[in-house]
Amino acid sequence: MSTIIEKIFSMHSKDRVEVGETIWLDIDVRTARDFGGAQVVKNLLENYDGNYVENANKTFFTFDTSAPAKTIGYAQNQQICRKFARQQGIRVFDVDAGIGTHVLMEEGIIHAGVTAVGTDSHYNIVGAIGAFGQGMGDVDIAFVFKTGKTWFEVPPTIKVHFNGMPSAAWTAKDLALFTIKKLGRKALGKAIEFYGEIIDALSVDARITLASMVTEMGGIIGFIPPDDATIKWMEMATGKKVEPVYADKDASYDEEIDIDVSNLKPMIALPGSPSNVRAVEELPYTPIDTVFIGSCTNGRLEDMHMVAKIVKGKKIKDGVTMKVVPTTRRVWKSMLEDGTMKILADAGAIISNPGCGGCAAGQIGMTGEGEIQISTANRNFKGKQGLGETYLASPATAAASAIAGYITEVEND
Amino acid sequence: MIKGRVWKVERDGKLIDDIDTDMIYHNKYLHIVDRKEMAKYAFSNLEGWKDFPEKARKGDVLIVGENFGCGSSRQHAVDCFISLGIAAIIGKSFGAIYKRNAINSGLAILECKDIDKADIKTGDEIEINIETGEIFKNGVVVAKAKPMSKIQLEIYKAGNLFEYAKKMK
Repeated sequence: MSTIIEKIFSMHSKDRVEVGETIWLDIDVRTARDFGGAQVVKNLLENYDGNYVENANKTFFTFDTSAPAKTIGYAQNQQICRKFARQQGIRVFDVDAGIGTHVLMEEGIIHAGVTAVGTDSHYNIVGAIGAFGQGMGDVDIAFVFKTGKTWFEVPPTIKVHFNGMPSAAWTAKDLALFTIKKLGRKALGKAIEFYGEIIDALSVDARITLASMVTEMGGIIGFIPPDDATIKWMEMATGKKVEPVYADKDASYDEEIDIDVSNLKPMIALPGSPSNVRAVEELPYTPIDTVFIGSCTNGRLEDMHMVAKIVKGKKIKDGVTMKVVPTTRRVWKSMLEDGTMKILADAGAIISNPGCGGCAAGQIGMTGEGEIQISTANRNFKGKQGLGETYLASPATAAASAIAGYITEVEND
Repeated sequence: MIKGRVWKVERDGKLIDDIDTDMIYHNKYLHIVDRKEMAKYAFSNLEGWKDFPEKARKGDVLIVGENFGCGSSRQHAVDCFISLGIAAIIGKSFGAIYKRNAINSGLAILECKDIDKADIKTGDEIEINIETGEIFKNGVVVAKAKPMSKIQLEIYKAGNLFEYAKKMK
C-alpha cells in the first residue's frame, strides 16, 4: 500500500505517515558543508547554551564548495566548522575529500533506507541508491544537529515509467535532461519513483546522474529502486548486508506518467535554465570557449571514462580549455591508477582536486561576458558560473565538443 | 493579522515565474554571515529589481509568481528579506526548500494559486489572516491563500524554529 518515501518515513517516525500530513522525522545522517556550515555553527552557539549536538557519531561536516578555500570568507567559515567539530567530536571530511554526498555514499554512511540531510540542494541525489536525502538551509540543519529530527510534509509520489530503449547512443545525462523536458512542472513538490528497462540498464554512477537532477525537475526526491549491482555496491561500501526499501505493488500514486525513450538522443539545456532542453542536433553552429567536466551530476569515474574514450589520442581544439573536476578523492585516485588522467592530460585538459568544481563560484574559474561554456553540471542559471553562457550536456557531448571546438554530439563510428 | 504595503514582483505587467535563489541572493555574497548585511543584496541579481533594497520599507509584503525560490538551499535568500523587514511573501508556488527556510525563520509565506487574478496592485495596503489564508483589501476579501499547517503556525508563532525548539520536550 505504501510508496518508497512513505515506507522510509514510517521507519523513521512515530507519527502517522500520510500524504499532506506534517510529521516529525528521525534523521540518521546529519551534515553541513563549508557552504552554510558556519551559519549552522553560529545558529547553535547563539541560540543554545551547550548540548549543541544530539549525536556526534551521526553528525558530519563535508567541505566541498570551495575546496580548498578560494576566498578568505570561505577559509574563515571552514575554520569555524573545524573548531566546532573538534570541540564536539564531529568527523570532518575536509577540503581534500570531495563532494559530501558522494563521499558519504562511498563510505557506506548513506545507503538504502537511510534518512540524511545537509546544506546541499542536491542532497536528494542519494535517491540513486534508495536513500532519502534532503537539502536544507542552515536553520533547519542546526535544528537537526541539536534534536536529531526535522519536520516534514509527506509529499505525494509520482511514478515515472520509461518505455522502450533508445536506438541512438545515450547517457544518463541525456535521460535526465529529457525527463526534465517531459515532466515540466509535474514533479514540483513531489517524490518520484523511476521504473523501466532503461532504469534497469543504469550503473550506480548513471543512477547518481539521473537522481541528481530531480532538483531541477522541482521534485523533493527521485528514488531509483536498487538492483543487484547497486545492492552489491552498497554492501562493499558498508561491509554489511543492505536490504533496500521497495514500494508495495499496490502503492497509491498521485500520478503515473509514461515516457517513451525509444527516440532519446543526446540532449542539451540552453543557457539560463536547465529546463530549456533541446536535442543537440537541433542547435545551430555554436563555437565554445570552455568545457567543464564534473559536478555531483557527472563527476564520477564512469563519466571520466566516457570523456577519456572520446579524447584519447586527440587534442582539445586550440582556443578551447577543458576543466576536469572529479567528485571524490577515490575517483581522482582511480583516474590516476587506470591511466584516465594521462589520456585527459595528453589531450590538454586541466585536472583539479576533487570537489564541487564549476558549480561553486571560483573553484575552477568563472566565465567572462560572452564566454560560451559547455558543462556537465546540473544548473546554468544566469550569473551562476560567471557572466558567460553555460550549456548543460553529457560528458560525451562535452568531450566531443571540446575536440570539435563547437557544440556537437559524438560522431558514431 | 499582517498588514502591509504590496510589491508585485513583475516584469512587463506579469508576475515573474521561476525566480531562483541566485537571482534573489547571488552566490558571490554567500560568505556573509551577518544577517543585517544581507538586506542590501536582496534581488541583487534580478533584472529590473536591483534597487529593491533602497525602495522597500519595513512591513512590506511581496507578491510573487510560480516556483519562487527554486534553486539552492541558501538561507540567505530568506534572511535578506527578513533583514529588510519584509512581513510576508504570497506566491503562486514556491521551491520546497525555500518554503521550509521561510517558515523556520519566522517569515510568513502563503501559497495562493490565483493571486495574480486578485485585485491587488503594487502600493496597495493589504491585510493577511495567516490562520485562514484570507487576504483583505479595504476590509474586503480579495483572495484566499492556503492556510499554514498547524506545525508551521506553531513555528511562526514561536518566532522561529530555534525558539520553537526551546519549548520542545
